[in-house]
Amino acid sequence: MKWLSKSYVGVVMTFLYAPIIVLIVFSFNQSKSRGAWTGFTLDWYRQLFHNETILQSLMNTLVIAVVSSVIATLLGTLAAIGIVNMKRWQRNLVMNITYMPIINPEIVVGVSLMLLFVWIKSMGVAVEFGFVTLVLAHITFNVPYVILNVMPKLRQMDTSLYEAAQDLGCNPRQAFFKVVVPEILPGIISGFLMSFTYSLDDFIISYFVSGPTSQTLPITIYSMTRRKVSPEINALSAIIFVVVLVVLLAVNIHDAHKERESRMKARARA
Amino acid sequence: MKEENIVSLRNISVDFDGDPILTGLDLDIRDKEFVTLLGPSGCGKTTTLRTIGGFITPKSGDVFFDGVRINDLPPHKRHVNTVFQRYALFPHLNVFENVEFGLKLQKLPEHERRQRVQEMLELVNLSGFEHRNIDQLSGGQQQRVAIARALVNRPRVLLLDEPLGALDLKLRKEMQIELKRMQQSLEITFVYVTHDQEEALTMSDTVVVMNDGDILQVGTPQDIYNEPKNAFVADFIGESNIVDGVMYEDFLVEFAGRKFECVDKGFGSLERVDVVIRPEDLKIVDAKTAPLTGVVESVIFKGVHYEMIVDAHGYKWMVHSTACEEPGTFVGMEVRPFDIHIMHKMEVEG
Repeated sequence: MKWLSKSYVGVVMTFLYAPIIVLIVFSFNQSKSRGAWTGFTLDWYRQLFHNETILQSLMNTLVIAVVSSVIATLLGTLAAIGIVNMKRWQRNLVMNITYMPIINPEIVVGVSLMLLFVWIKSMGVAVEFGFVTLVLAHITFNVPYVILNVMPKLRQMDTSLYEAAQDLGCNPRQAFFKVVVPEILPGIISGFLMSFTYSLDDFIISYFVSGPTSQTLPITIYSMTRRKVSPEINALSAIIFVVVLVVLLAVNIHDAHKERESRMKARARA
Repeated sequence: MKEENIVSLRNISVDFDGDPILTGLDLDIRDKEFVTLLGPSGCGKTTTLRTIGGFITPKSGDVFFDGVRINDLPPHKRHVNTVFQRYALFPHLNVFENVEFGLKLQKLPEHERRQRVQEMLELVNLSGFEHRNIDQLSGGQQQRVAIARALVNRPRVLLLDEPLGALDLKLRKEMQIELKRMQQSLEITFVYVTHDQEEALTMSDTVVVMNDGDILQVGTPQDIYNEPKNAFVADFIGESNIVDGVMYEDFLVEFAGRKFECVDKGFGSLERVDVVIRPEDLKIVDAKTAPLTGVVESVIFKGVHYEMIVDAHGYKWMVHSTACEEPGTFVGMEVRPFDIHIMHKMEVEG
């Protein structure tokens, strides 16, 4: 039975990773056509790093991701603190409103944000579709993820910690920064990382609110594929995959290390 | 006398979401005293403590600290520190940093901070644990860190909210003695909240018995135990037989169908009263000459003594005796006049 379960896992892995492996292999292919292997080359990578459009949209994507996830983390954390201190029915109400953008299809969020910006523009406010609308849209869909990550940490926290800080001489602001923030920091960080990745990843919503001056990487790739799939895109995708893989490995190794440490501590205590 | 009171509560009322918790509470706490607020859960003892700490603003009434009204003073400006029920140690700081927390806020120089933290850790027997994380400590050790963290700030008053509740019996007994020792050597006021009457009697200079947001009795442990003011206090402090009685005249009370000589006076003629007799004050004697007789219903061995329930014509008496009587035996009981405690009927039956 052991070989059966092992080969089952093997089959699943193959289905999951075969496309990516093909993509990476063909990013080194000399031929422009996808079908046949004609020899190894790094040309596509070289071309990629000279492609202004791609580099510019990569830059846009990163800046939008950083700006929107930082702002979303601030707003979301403050919101979570407010929500936790609400009365039960208020909290339930606000939490359901918070879930809404997550449950909604992205296309609905995208279209409605676009309509909103168009309407605001028609009111005479100068909003250009581009950087500002993208950042606003990304903040909008990221805030709920931050709230959902920070809330459990706040609810786990012993409320008397905040009181203890005040008891020992903290004014409310000091108590918040010296005691509450360190306690909920893991939630804030995971909320930030989620926002950051969702922002990098987002295509549908960004598609509706981006303008000609400011395009994100997913939109650029999409418009490139509509014309002709260039192996540059293979190269770019391969790089993205490797970066994600490295980050994931780093996180996992860090977690495993931490777990081993805490297990050793527990053993030392016993 | 006024100057001696370090904390005074005057006519304090506190509501939670419209439910009254405290209604017009008055309490004076004398300086350098070990005061215990004792009562069943929900009696308002923790609320009283939190009012002193500044975590609850009373709806009406005044809080005085050293003669100064401090109603509007936030917790971080009060010269009191609290040992919280579940310790509330900061998990992201180690033992040393937890204790140092308050001193850092006072912006004391580093060498002074270190010296004072070391002194405190010595006082609570935790020298050498400076760099431990909080999750590496046992419950008793965490408790000690919480005490050190509060005391290092040299508060005038230390508030303790059922601090030993989570510890096992042996450790609790040790900590009771240690807390008392600390209070005496540091010469500061301890206000201690507990529902454990034994703990209250062991440690306190003054016990404040509370129920339903009211103070029922304030006195020394001896007063509270020997002269409870009403049946609730008598029942809550130790075990008691409480029966209905009628005061005939001064020094004469009727209960269980007989008249007994007693040492209380000043009740109205034929006033209905509660008669309280401690189980250890009932003595098993020969049934022929005894004022009270009955049949032993059950016997439980309690170590130091046997606890017997004696059914005397419908009155069930709890008797503690070192001699064992078999269930079903017909026995007599007697009680000395000064062991009969007469109390006014409580206005509201709890």
